[in-house]
Amino acid sequence: MEHTGEQHHPIRVYLIVWGLLFVLSAMSYLVDYFEVRPKELAWFLITAFALLKAGLIVSYFMHVRFERLSLVYAILLPPLLILALTAFVMAEGGYVFDVRAIFFGR
Amino acid sequence: MAQQIESRVRALPRWLRECVADWSSDQQTFRVNWGKAMMWIFLISDMFVFGSFLSAYAAARLSATSPWPDPAQVFALHIGESEVPLLLIAIMTFVLISSSGTMAIAVKYGYERHRAKAALFLTLTALLGLTFVGMQAFEWTKLIREGVRPWANPMGAPQFGSSFFMITGFHGLHVTAGVIYLATIASQVLRGAYEKIGYQRVEIAGLYWHFVDLVWVFIFAFFYLF
Repeated sequence: MEHTGEQHHPIRVYLIVWGLLFVLSAMSYLVDYFEVRPKELAWFLITAFALLKAGLIVSYFMHVRFERLSLVYAILLPPLLILALTAFVMAEGGYVFDVRAIFFGR
Repeated sequence: MAQQIESRVRALPRWLRECVADWSSDQQTFRVNWGKAMMWIFLISDMFVFGSFLSAYAAARLSATSPWPDPAQVFALHIGESEVPLLLIAIMTFVLISSSGTMAIAVKYGYERHRAKAALFLTLTALLGLTFVGMQAFEWTKLIREGVRPWANPMGAPQFGSSFFMITGFHGLHVTAGVIYLATIASQVLRGAYEKIGYQRVEIAGLYWHFVDLVWVFIFAFFYLF
């Protein structure tokens, strides 16, 4: 199995993940549909559901859970840089907003 | 020297030992077929493309001084008398998730050498992908008719249009490419091209397809639901 790299898992695993993805998507849609407030709670729930869905897809559909640790780290660590980028540009976005508000008015 | 390294590796905690041993001592690090390693490298670079798009969207939205259009209203559909918010987007999400499910099953049947079943599920996946692209084309048409442009729109902040067309356009392009990719793989499976060399290529195509679904998870959450 190590060298051919074939993945053999019972079909039940895929069907369960599939069902969970459906439920999580429906739940994040419902958060928006019923306009959960405060807005921060809605954002938290939507982000949490998205991360859970991403985790399920990557772990089971993309078989990362069954790969060797070396490959797992090579796949999962680089995207963390995107979080740093997002944090930087969000701070920048807030700053640009303030500057526009000062010079152009709202 | 080699002995020294070996004893140091052995001193490491067990969960790290395998990883360090794989990366050191001048050997093949990723013990997977080269196609899979290359696909992962491509997907990581693609993660950065979409990561940059979504970061740029966050910056654009935060810096917009006009109010951001409410996606729940912009993407609402008329059903009879009532307006259902985000209905089309929700259906698109379920279609894409279903296509990921059929893809995973296609990979499984490939490895089990059920050629016909693998080809069937690959075709099903491609058809679901086509459905998704079709619905996206409908959505684009609707928004363009309502006057949404990359530089302006009647609902509010002009940055909305550029973010929308850039992000969903690039994602739709990925889905379209994926449909062609899957159709090619399906015909290869049907021809029996993988009987001797193994069905790894179906799994590799699957990685690409699941990635496209993965990107949609974040677009759905951060662009449509936020």
